[in-house]
Amino acid sequence: MYAQLVKSEGAKSREEMLPEEIAFQDRIDRGEKIEPKEWMPEGYRKTLIRQIGQHAHSEIVGQLPEANWITRAPTLERKAILLAKVQDEAGHGLYLYSAAETLGVSRDEVIHLLHTGKMKYSSIFNYPTLNWADIGAVGWLVDGAAIMNQVPLQRTSYGPYSRAMIRICKEESFHQRQGYDIMMKMAAGTPEQKAMAQDALNRFWYPSLMMFGPSDKDSVHSAQSMAWKIKINTNDELRQKFVDQTVPQAKYLGLSVPDENLAWNEDKGGYDFSEPDWSEFFEVIAGNGPCNEERLGARVKAWEDGAWFREGLMAHAEKAAARAPVAAE
Amino acid sequence: MPKKPPRARPSPPNDPAGLRARPITFQLWEKLMSSEWPLWEVFIRGQHGLNHRHVGSLHAPDAEMAIRNARDVYTRRSEGVSIWVVKSNDVTASSPSDKGPLFDPSNSKVYRHPTFFDIPEEVGHM
Ligand SMILES: [Fe+2]
Ligand SMILES: [Fe+2]
Ligand SMILES: [Fe+2]
Repeated sequence: MYAQLVKSEGAKSREEMLPEEIAFQDRIDRGEKIEPKEWMPEGYRKTLIRQIGQHAHSEIVGQLPEANWITRAPTLERKAILLAKVQDEAGHGLYLYSAAETLGVSRDEVIHLLHTGKMKYSSIFNYPTLNWADIGAVGWLVDGAAIMNQVPLQRTSYGPYSRAMIRICKEESFHQRQGYDIMMKMAAGTPEQKAMAQDALNRFWYPSLMMFGPSDKDSVHSAQSMAWKIKINTNDELRQKFVDQTVPQAKYLGLSVPDENLAWNEDKGGYDFSEPDWSEFFEVIAGNGPCNEERLGARVKAWEDGAWFREGLMAHAEKAAARAPVAAE
Repeated sequence: MPKKPPRARPSPPNDPAGLRARPITFQLWEKLMSSEWPLWEVFIRGQHGLNHRHVGSLHAPDAEMAIRNARDVYTRRSEGVSIWVVKSNDVTASSPSDKGPLFDPSNSKVYRHPTFFDIPEEVGHM
């Protein structure tokens, strides 16, 4: 999930709710969409800002590990495809920032919170992309995990968020397919290429499982978010679905999932698998992953380096507006 | 009183952007965010002659840039043949609390729908 640890207030029982809170919850239960200027509990608004903001930041920061390979793509076609994919991610970030803004935060505010470390982005983007096979693994696994999370969010209760998710989901399956396409090529290539593909899977498997956030028993914020329909499935449900979907895909590639405990469980109709190392997850979230500094540093540098440009265009626009003849009454 | 800005130190090699050496202060931030571009609402008309439809919003310094950005943000897969942009501030919206007075009256006017009228089958398609 792109928003892995979103703090929200504990769920209230019906008896504890104010009349307007009851009416609000009833609207959500009826499947109505909540729109920007309508009344909403402060907790709903704040939780959504955190979640949509975290999601937007993930799209934006998520461009970095892939952009790293645009100039080094093996063919012109692969380069054009990767460029289009990364451009989509920029678009996703922008749709989501706009959705967050409808809740009463400014774009600059949420970006400021990211740059000062007060808002997070997905832990997955703090891992390096070391070679071309990693770009395949990212599209296949990372976008695959993102899709798992985003498809149900199309039904989220907040209108602007839901509409952003619908638009994003339309574009995501290209991302996963282009990644899998790279993996197919590598896995069917020379022994060295196949070994690279296996190595990429080895490194990205557990970080991808972490994308869904901590285990349900440890994620304290789920109940309220699920009542509000800003979270649709639990972390463990989505992780299970992801594993069940991905294992056969790995098999098709002739690659092995780096988990000795992976086994089909007939009773539950899904795979048993090992949990990722959660202490590593919390370290990465806390800022101590392999690339945290590099990623955030690149964002801050881009923001600072772009300041003269943003200011220049604004100054130009203001000047032009002042010069324009005033429209007749 | 504004706090004294932190002293600039050269960035260590493992910290290329100088994040550690140069914490972002609020003052520095305010300076950098002094010119937030205005927000624009974007409307796109698709290929099939339908109305322009609201697709989302974006920030841009002026109308011309808003259209250019809208092209990149909202029509990467030939979603449109025409773009309108309007400053979000210039949009006047009905308020949620007016929902009842504005829209309820039409609920009782079912005769505005053709299905209200029973036309005998013998009459043929109407
Ligand atoms: Fe995305
Ligand atoms: Fe994607
Ligand atoms: Fe993504």
